[in-house]
Amino acid sequence: MEILVCVKRVPDSAENEIEVKGDGSDIKRDDLVYSVNEWDNYAVEEAIQIVDRSGGSVTVVTIGSEDSEEVVRREMAMGANNGLMLVDPAFEGSDGRGIAAILKAAVQKGTYDLVLCGAQADDGAAQVGGMLAALLDWPYASLVNKIEVQDGKKIKIGREIEGGNQEINEIELPCVLSIQTGINEPRYVGIRGIRKVASVEIPVLNAAALGVDAAAVGKAGARVKRLDYFVPQAGAGAEMLQGSTDEIAAKLIDLLKAKGGLK
Amino acid sequence: MAAQVFAFILHKDGQADDSALELVAAAKKIFPDASPIAIVAGAGAGLETVCREAAASYKEVWKFANDALAYPNAEVIRPLLLKVLPKGCVLLLPHTTFGMDLGPGLAIKMDAVFVPDVVAFDGLDGATLKVVRQEFNGQASTHLACDISKGALLSLRSGCFAPEESRSAAGQVVDKSAEAGGLSARRRFVEVVQAEVGDVDITKEDVLVSVGRGFGDKENLPIAEDLAKTMGAVVSCSRPVVDAKWLDKGRQVGTSGKTVKPKVYLALGISGSFQHMGGLKGNPFIVAVNKNPKAPIFQVANVGVVADVLEFVPELTEKIKEAK
Repeated sequence: MEILVCVKRVPDSAENEIEVKGDGSDIKRDDLVYSVNEWDNYAVEEAIQIVDRSGGSVTVVTIGSEDSEEVVRREMAMGANNGLMLVDPAFEGSDGRGIAAILKAAVQKGTYDLVLCGAQADDGAAQVGGMLAALLDWPYASLVNKIEVQDGKKIKIGREIEGGNQEINEIELPCVLSIQTGINEPRYVGIRGIRKVASVEIPVLNAAALGVDAAAVGKAGARVKRLDYFVPQAGAGAEMLQGSTDEIAAKLIDLLKAKGGLK
Repeated sequence: MAAQVFAFILHKDGQADDSALELVAAAKKIFPDASPIAIVAGAGAGLETVCREAAASYKEVWKFANDALAYPNAEVIRPLLLKVLPKGCVLLLPHTTFGMDLGPGLAIKMDAVFVPDVVAFDGLDGATLKVVRQEFNGQASTHLACDISKGALLSLRSGCFAPEESRSAAGQVVDKSAEAGGLSARRRFVEVVQAEVGDVDITKEDVLVSVGRGFGDKENLPIAEDLAKTMGAVVSCSRPVVDAKWLDKGRQVGTSGKTVKPKVYLALGISGSFQHMGGLKGNPFIVAVNKNPKAPIFQVANVGVVADVLEFVPELTEKIKEAK
C-alpha cells in the first residue's frame, strides 16, 4: 500500500503557555516549543505499521516554510520512507480549503492508495482531511481509531464516536482517513534516529511545480480570514489560592470539607 | 444579505438531539428574522416522532425517510444534502463526530465557506459574517471574517448557544423522501461497538480525583491514587492519559469518554479542553491544579492552584492525613 501522511509543525500546546500579542495580531511565538502535531504523529505510526504488515511505502508531506523540515525528518526517523515539502510564499494565509487544494495537487503527483491526516491540529478545525477527500472525490472517514487492511480494494476501520463507542465501517480504496489519538503507541525517536536521516534529500515543490493556481490559495484565495487573536473570557474564573504550599493546602482542605469532598 | 438557513437535526431512538434547539437559537444570532428549515433524515417508525418534535421549534421540517439513512453515515447523507439544498444557503450542524465527518467535504462539494466549531457570532456586514472560534486547545480565541456570498456550512460547539425552548413554531413537516432514492456510498456502516466497562464506574462517584497529562509519566500515578484513597475518592482521567495507556478507557471523563456527575471534581494537571468539560455535568465544585496559569481549566473551575501537580499533590495528601 502506498500511503501519504499529511503532517503539520505546530506549537506544542502541552508544553507552551499560549499568550496573545498586545495588538492581537498573533500569538507570541518567539519562545514557543514547536513539534509535530500530536494527531499527525499517530497517523505516521499507523502508516508505518500498515506498511510493515502488508508492504508498500510511507511518504510524509507538509506545507510550510523551511522550518517544517525538522518535523518531516523526525517522522522519517520514525520509519517513513520519503519526505515531501510544499513551500511557496503564495501558500501563506491559506484557509482550510486552500490547504486541501495544495495537498490535492501533491496527492495527484503520486499514486497513493491511502491518505492519512491527523484528526485535528493546533486550530482544532478538523477540516482538511474531509476537504481533501471531497476535492479528490475519494471516500472519507474521520476520527479513525482502528485500521484493518483486508484486500487491495477496501479496508475496515473504526471511528471513535461519542461516549468512546466505536463505529465500524468498510471503506473503499483509495480513501482519506483522519486519525484519532490513541490508535497506537507512536514509537520514540532518539537523536541517533534523526541523525540517520539528516542527509536524506527531501524534495521541495512550489506552487508552479505542483500546478497550483497561486491566486486560488493563500491569503488571496481564502474565504475565511483571521481578524485577530484575543484571550477568551469564559465565566468568572476560578478563585486562585495564593500563599505558601502549606497555606494553600490548608485552605483547600477547608473548602473540600465544606463541599463534601473529604470522607 | 439574507440567506435561507437550514439546520441538520441529529436524532437517536426517536428523539431529537438537544442540539436541535441550539441550532434554532444560533440561526437567529446570524439573521435576527431567520426562519430556519430543519432537515431530518433517517428510517423507521421513530422518524415521524423526531419530525414532529422538530416542528415544535422549526416552521418547516424536511423529512427524508429511506432505509439507506437508517444510520447517520455522512458518506450517504452528503450526496443527499448536495442534491436538495439550494445554492447559497447556510447550513448549521452540531460540531459532533458526525458533523466532523459530514461538514468539510460537503462545504467543498457545495462550494460554500466552512467554519467548524463556532462558539459565537459577532455580526454580519454584507456577505461577511464574523465568527468566534477557539484555538490552541482553548488557550486563545480568534475572530474570523467569512465570505458567505456562496453559502456557508457552520458547525457549532455544544453548549455555546442557549437553546430556544419556546417550542412555539407549530411548523409543518414536508415529506421529501422521494428525493432520497438511489443513495449509495463507498463507505458502508457495519456496527457500533460499545465502549468497554472498566473496573470502576466513575459515573456513580461523588468525588473524583482526575489525572491529566501534567502527571508526565505513568510512574507518577500513585501520587493521585494516594490522594484519592486519602479522600475516599476514585481516580478518573482526561483523554491523553488513556491515549498513553496509563489508565483504562473506562476512567476517561469527556465527550469521547464517560459523562460524570460528581459533587467534587479535582482536575489535576488537566488543561480543560471543551471535550473534557463536556463530560462533566451537574455543576460540581471544581478544583484545578495546573502549572500553566493560562490553562482553560481555570476559567471554569471554582478554585485554582498554579502548581506542579507532582509537587503539590503529595503535600496535599500529607496535610489531609494530618488533619484526620
